[in-house]
Amino acid sequence: MTKELYTGAEMVVKALSALKVKYIFGYPGGSVLDIYDAIFNQNEIEHILVRHEQAATHMADGYTRATGEVGVVLATSGPGATNCVTGIATAYMDSIPMVVLSGQVATNMIGDDAFQETDIVGCSRPIVKHSFNCRKLEDIPNIIAKAFYIANTGRPGPVVVELPKDMLIPQNKGEFHIETDVKMRSYNPTVKGHPKQIKKAVKTIVQAERLVVYTGGGIVLADASEQLTELVERLNAPITNTLMGLGGISGTHPNFIGMLGMHGSLEANRSMANADVILALGARFDDRVTNNVKKFCPNATIIHVDIDPTSISKTINAHIPVVGLVDKVIQQLMDELDAIDFTPNKEALDNWWQQIDQWRSLKSISYEADGDKIKPQQVVEAMYEITNGEAYVCSDVGQHQMFAAQYYPFAKPRQWINSGGLGTMGFGLPAAMGAKIAFPDSHVICITGDGSIQMNIQELSTCLQYNLPVVIVSLNNRSLGMVRQWQDMIYDGRHSSSYMESLPDFVKLAESYGHVGIQINHADELQDKLTEAFSIKKRLVFVDVLVDETEHVYPMQVRHGAVDEMWTRKGVKA
Amino acid sequence: MRRILAILLENEPGSLSRIVGLFSQRAFNIESLTVAPTEDPSLSRITIATVGDDRVLEQIIKQVNKLIDVIKITDLTERKHVERELLLIKLLAMNDKSRTEVKRITDIFRGSIIDIGKQVYTVQVTGDADKLNAFIDAMSNETEIIEAVRSGCVGIARGEKALRI
Repeated sequence: MTKELYTGAEMVVKALSALKVKYIFGYPGGSVLDIYDAIFNQNEIEHILVRHEQAATHMADGYTRATGEVGVVLATSGPGATNCVTGIATAYMDSIPMVVLSGQVATNMIGDDAFQETDIVGCSRPIVKHSFNCRKLEDIPNIIAKAFYIANTGRPGPVVVELPKDMLIPQNKGEFHIETDVKMRSYNPTVKGHPKQIKKAVKTIVQAERLVVYTGGGIVLADASEQLTELVERLNAPITNTLMGLGGISGTHPNFIGMLGMHGSLEANRSMANADVILALGARFDDRVTNNVKKFCPNATIIHVDIDPTSISKTINAHIPVVGLVDKVIQQLMDELDAIDFTPNKEALDNWWQQIDQWRSLKSISYEADGDKIKPQQVVEAMYEITNGEAYVCSDVGQHQMFAAQYYPFAKPRQWINSGGLGTMGFGLPAAMGAKIAFPDSHVICITGDGSIQMNIQELSTCLQYNLPVVIVSLNNRSLGMVRQWQDMIYDGRHSSSYMESLPDFVKLAESYGHVGIQINHADELQDKLTEAFSIKKRLVFVDVLVDETEHVYPMQVRHGAVDEMWTRKGVKA
Repeated sequence: MRRILAILLENEPGSLSRIVGLFSQRAFNIESLTVAPTEDPSLSRITIATVGDDRVLEQIIKQVNKLIDVIKITDLTERKHVERELLLIKLLAMNDKSRTEVKRITDIFRGSIIDIGKQVYTVQVTGDADKLNAFIDAMSNETEIIEAVRSGCVGIARGEKALRI
């Protein structure tokens, strides 16, 4: 009996099929044409042709953030692969599982500076969870299976697989074997928290008088929001989310005290600063949260739960470290609370909530409407209202990102999609496209600005080809708003290269790509025109909103200060 | 503080570069690094001498452990261990006096002369870093050092404790 033989290119596609991949986001080129040929000859996986490889990575990323399924990118060697680098780094910083298949020149040419040769494994080494070179075509299926396993377990992250041309060509064939139940002796991520640490953590939580639960993207990644909500309600503790953790608990939950950190709410940062115990769940004490680490919450006992041991005690020393999957650990914490028959300390809680409510009453997340000029915050509020708070909101990077985080309370995890760690301008539109492909019947918004949107504007063409009617809401302030804000605050208003001259007519631009363009100039037409934009379901709408260019994002942590030292208005410190 | 880390990892292409890349990416020090396959050719063992305070060392160990190819890492300096380094050194030995001196110092340090040329002796010495430094100092007072190469240290825990899978 003769076994069926496959080319490497066929093996790639077959392996992806075996791993239940539905979409590949990519762009063809010389070294991967055999894979494209194999894709052409099957119907199980759909290939989405972007207009720039960076967008392919962000689109895969957005798809993953919306669904939880691993996104797959296919790029050719050389420039195709290097164009993926920003997207890989974006996924890496936010722990997003992704598999990037990159072409490579034939094995015998590697190192000769061949046409479109780049050492992409080398280029991407600092920004991947792992990477693979293929040396034998029979290895391809299991390498791809391993790549998925590594990308999607433990602390998730991107994995690069480099496929030399000679592994893919029709002349070379081999047998196909794939082991989808991957086991590796060198990689066994911890799953459950150590029981001793759980006991210690609960003992500390029970004795706390001013507990704050501080959660991050880990809750979203682990789909742990139900357990988290249960735990928070059980403890009746205040909870704050990082930028990445928004939606981990409903933004309208009474225990939610807002986002913390640089542009977090005053009540969240004050609560952190005054806490006696901080329960950190799937968050990493990023510098955009802590502000000056030397002044960070000096009186708090810190319980830090994270799947990645390197995140623990990296910037802030954890008194009680717990390594494990956050959903499992939360369950363990609740089981332990049961075991000790926990009842909350009502008196301490009342005092704590009274204090927090006083901070809340200062309404740090607020702005002053200004007649005719459209305030960017207003736009986000209107978006929230029109979409019933149910949209997928995919953000670019800058002021609009912070306004969206502050003024659109997310009911569910995965609703808020943004590049938090790397802060990648140009992320928003392709990420929104990825979310839209997964959820075609939901509102998917790309909230962006006149700076960010131009970093991947070419994807408007992809949107037309694949019918991806996202709603782009651009808070157009004719400048790089966040840069300008820092220049106002720190550089005495010297607006060095932060003014966007020669902006295109975005309405005409959208139209030339075959979409609908709407411009909003005045506050009084905001509601109607936005409503109109969201009522157009079958076509992409680009809403160009001319907002007040002088607006700053507040509150804002004072540089080098403690976590709760904040500017609440221009020139006003809390 | 100087630490010696022993790392057991998959003997895969690129696994060494991941270790080296990690050290430079995160601004950790490498004083010396040695690597070779173990008795099991699917595994490599790396010994790294590094310098850092407790916090940095904790991060180094965690970050190295996080690399997918790494199976185990241990800080040998935490407990009793043996540490050795090999030195090959080429010394000017032009006349009887310097030849005698080179021979004498080599004997004192329990080294051996492994090659001779018309005007040079090549000496091999093993020991910990301090001993090799002392040897180099002693020699430089007596004659000219033409060339020296050090292997970087390797280490192993004393007693039953072992780094294996």
